[in-house]
Amino acid sequence: MAAAGGVPNQEEKYMYSEKVMDHFQNPRNVGEIENPSGVGTVGNAKCGDIMRIYLDIDDNGIIRDCKFKTFGCGAAVATSSMATELVKGKSIQEAMEVTNKAVMEALDGLPPVKVHCSLLAEEAIHAALWDYAEKNHIKITGLTKPKSDIHEGEEAEQEEY
Amino acid sequence: MSRLIYLDNAATTKTVPEVVEAMLPYFTEHYGNASSIYSLGRDSKEPMNAARKTIADVLGAKENEIYFTAGGSEADNWALKATAEAYQEKGKHIITTKIEHHAILHTCEYLEKRGFEVTYLDVDEFGVVKLDQLEKAIRPDTILISVMFANNEIGTIEPIREIGEIAHKHGILFHTDAVQAFGQVPISVDEMQIDMLSSSGHKLHGPKGIGFLYIRKGVKIRSFVHGGAQERKRRAGTENIPGIAGYGKAAEIAAATMEERIKKETELRDYMIGRVLKEVPYTRLNGHPKKRLPNNVNFSFQFVEGESLLIMLDMDGICASSGSACTSGSLDPSHVLLAIGLPHEIAHGSLRLTMSEETTKEDIDFTIESIKKIVERMRSMSPLYEDFIKKSGK
Repeated sequence: MAAAGGVPNQEEKYMYSEKVMDHFQNPRNVGEIENPSGVGTVGNAKCGDIMRIYLDIDDNGIIRDCKFKTFGCGAAVATSSMATELVKGKSIQEAMEVTNKAVMEALDGLPPVKVHCSLLAEEAIHAALWDYAEKNHIKITGLTKPKSDIHEGEEAEQEEY
Repeated sequence: MSRLIYLDNAATTKTVPEVVEAMLPYFTEHYGNASSIYSLGRDSKEPMNAARKTIADVLGAKENEIYFTAGGSEADNWALKATAEAYQEKGKHIITTKIEHHAILHTCEYLEKRGFEVTYLDVDEFGVVKLDQLEKAIRPDTILISVMFANNEIGTIEPIREIGEIAHKHGILFHTDAVQAFGQVPISVDEMQIDMLSSSGHKLHGPKGIGFLYIRKGVKIRSFVHGGAQERKRRAGTENIPGIAGYGKAAEIAAATMEERIKKETELRDYMIGRVLKEVPYTRLNGHPKKRLPNNVNFSFQFVEGESLLIMLDMDGICASSGSACTSGSLDPSHVLLAIGLPHEIAHGSLRLTMSEETTKEDIDFTIESIKKIVERMRSMSPLYEDFIKKSGK
């Protein structure tokens, strides 16, 4: 509820939850991993969101480290950050269970127009796992080829500028 | 953060105290209905007539050519729909541009669904309407040309005088959406051969919910809001006297301070443009470098997304806006930025900063430092920037 004077309190002030704002302002695991076990890029510059997730997976199939880079809105940054937190230290099968719903719940929800950002986070993890599986010629149960890897398409547009 | 730097004056402005003061008597003291016979009602007529005169003077128009509305969108809707209706015997073709405000574009789409044809003119890379294309678009059945005076996003001022000349040479009515321009730059409806002009009070430190449509005498458009006989039977509804009085005051102040304000804002604008283009790499200015509103700056920062930029600026106490999709509620970035030829991902990284008379050089310096810090930080986490750097071998 707004205060009597009509001045909104902190929760109403931003369109995002406190957790989203925290992960946006202080994103966890930003960066790159050199020689990653797997890397996946999803999204589309046209729509304004691109996520890239790097995975470092050890011989036992445990995700030792996870980093991300994101071009996108506040929700896109926060969901990437949360997704990396959720998969870090997990096994590959556990990481497969980090769905967009799990990411959203961990962030105390997202505004309806931003739900697609959490889908992107799930897709980015899957794309990185797919890359890992391809490199190691293994099959991960439940994992299908990522829908949208923008890496090729965007170059032509870059030149236009 | 206690400091607030408001750089979104194209969205709305602060109602200045003088305006509020001019409005107050008409809420609790002279609250009568201007249509009434008794003197309390007639007390309300006086400020309305005064405001009408002030506004007419600013435009070089006559008092009986100013019709108050509930704002700029109503004025735009009225001008287009009523012209279409009144002149459809002559023809059903309308010419406008790709960079109009949605109040024009969506009204045109509405008319298209009802059998009218609309030509949407291209603009050049600076957002200026192509006059040769306008000439070519004119047909025997063209009844209206509607081109905005100045663009709300990129600030580009259109060649209104030339467009008015072309329109009248062909006997076509000329409407301009001057919501961003009225009170900011000099306008003369006669010299510029404008037949209809839309304006909105809250863009020039007046109240919200009040605007007007200037209709040149002889333009035969009918009422858009039906009911009572207010506004010379052309716009029904009890007059918003406090709003009208406030708008009159705002127009009076705007006209009196215009020259000085243009000088001051233009200086600050060019200072900000110069510094940002020099100090932030991979940045472009959107809109015309010189033919632009004195208070408007619009940049695109490559590899950066607009909404994130806005939230971070907000944390530094800076209010601005962006043409990014995330801020528009759709997946597409601003139609204006696409019309000037920006690729999608560059359009997503746009930032509009619009000043007021109150904006100081200190505010601008603080904002530039904040932009530099934020853009650098956002690029460090942008996969697009990472690819760009790797590709260019830096």
